[in-house]
Amino acid sequence: MSFRRVSQDEPQMDESLKQTLKDYRSSVHAWSAAEYSQPHRAVRIYKTSWRVAASWGMGCLLAFASVAGGVYERQHLKEQAKIAAVEAARQQKIEAEQRNASEDLFAKIDSDVSREVPSAMEPLAKMMVEDSTE
Amino acid sequence: MAVEASRVDGEAVALEFSNIVLAHRPQIFRFLLASTRDVDLAETLTQECFLKAHRNWDGFRGESSAMTWLMRIAINLEKDHWRNRRLAFWRHARTNSVDLDDASDWLPSGERSVEQQLIAREKVAQVWEVVAKLSGRQRTVFLLRYVEDLDLSDIARATGLSEGTIKAHLSRALSKVRTELRGN
Repeated sequence: MSFRRVSQDEPQMDESLKQTLKDYRSSVHAWSAAEYSQPHRAVRIYKTSWRVAASWGMGCLLAFASVAGGVYERQHLKEQAKIAAVEAARQQKIEAEQRNASEDLFAKIDSDVSREVPSAMEPLAKMMVEDSTE
Repeated sequence: MAVEASRVDGEAVALEFSNIVLAHRPQIFRFLLASTRDVDLAETLTQECFLKAHRNWDGFRGESSAMTWLMRIAINLEKDHWRNRRLAFWRHARTNSVDLDDASDWLPSGERSVEQQLIAREKVAQVWEVVAKLSGRQRTVFLLRYVEDLDLSDIARATGLSEGTIKAHLSRALSKVRTELRGN
């Protein structure tokens, strides 16, 4: 058998390449003829349904894993935020207590050390009043 | 009367299509088998091809031969099949999973000596390997020309490519085959 020559522009081939391509063609034809006469349909249906089932199973598993992961992450973040809020409130409370304690202490010190001091300018003021009456 | 006439017409169309299936099914299967190297996939795509052809049989105007028309459907189905497989890794793994030595076993012995047969088998295995590595278009054009023995105008109708483009693809594909054969 030789390939139909269809155009002058078709690539040139040496005899060895032509023979190899003919052998290749024969092998394809022989393989195809052998496979064509064999029934494969039952195997194909089984393989297809098994693959489809496996794909669906894997898909569902992945979808469930993604959703569960998202929910877990969200819950985890919520708990973290709650803990942080409690910690911040506790810190604020401690700071407020410390501030109050300091203010009380200063107030006590003020009250202890403060006393009535006569006005340093009082004698001078008196003298000025007397001068003016004279 | 009209019902009877339409029933007779329907039977004639069914008979015509059934003759088309009988005449061309082996060729379509062979092309898809050589292209995919997967017997199950080739059978499935062949069935889909004829199913699609049956649905569109009314639309076939006979501008090209039925063979060219069917081949065009088969090529598009194969293209869609690979396009739909979005995981390139899986596509690659599946394509490489076919044992090419098995395919090259199908070589008629003819009048050759055992040594000649071994050499021929080795060369055919190399061609299988090169064809497996060709791009989709190059492989399609190569198979239509050197396995199905279609001429350039039929290949152009089946693929929707211009004859110039087909020549370029054929030239590149042959050059790769030559390089592989020389490298041995």
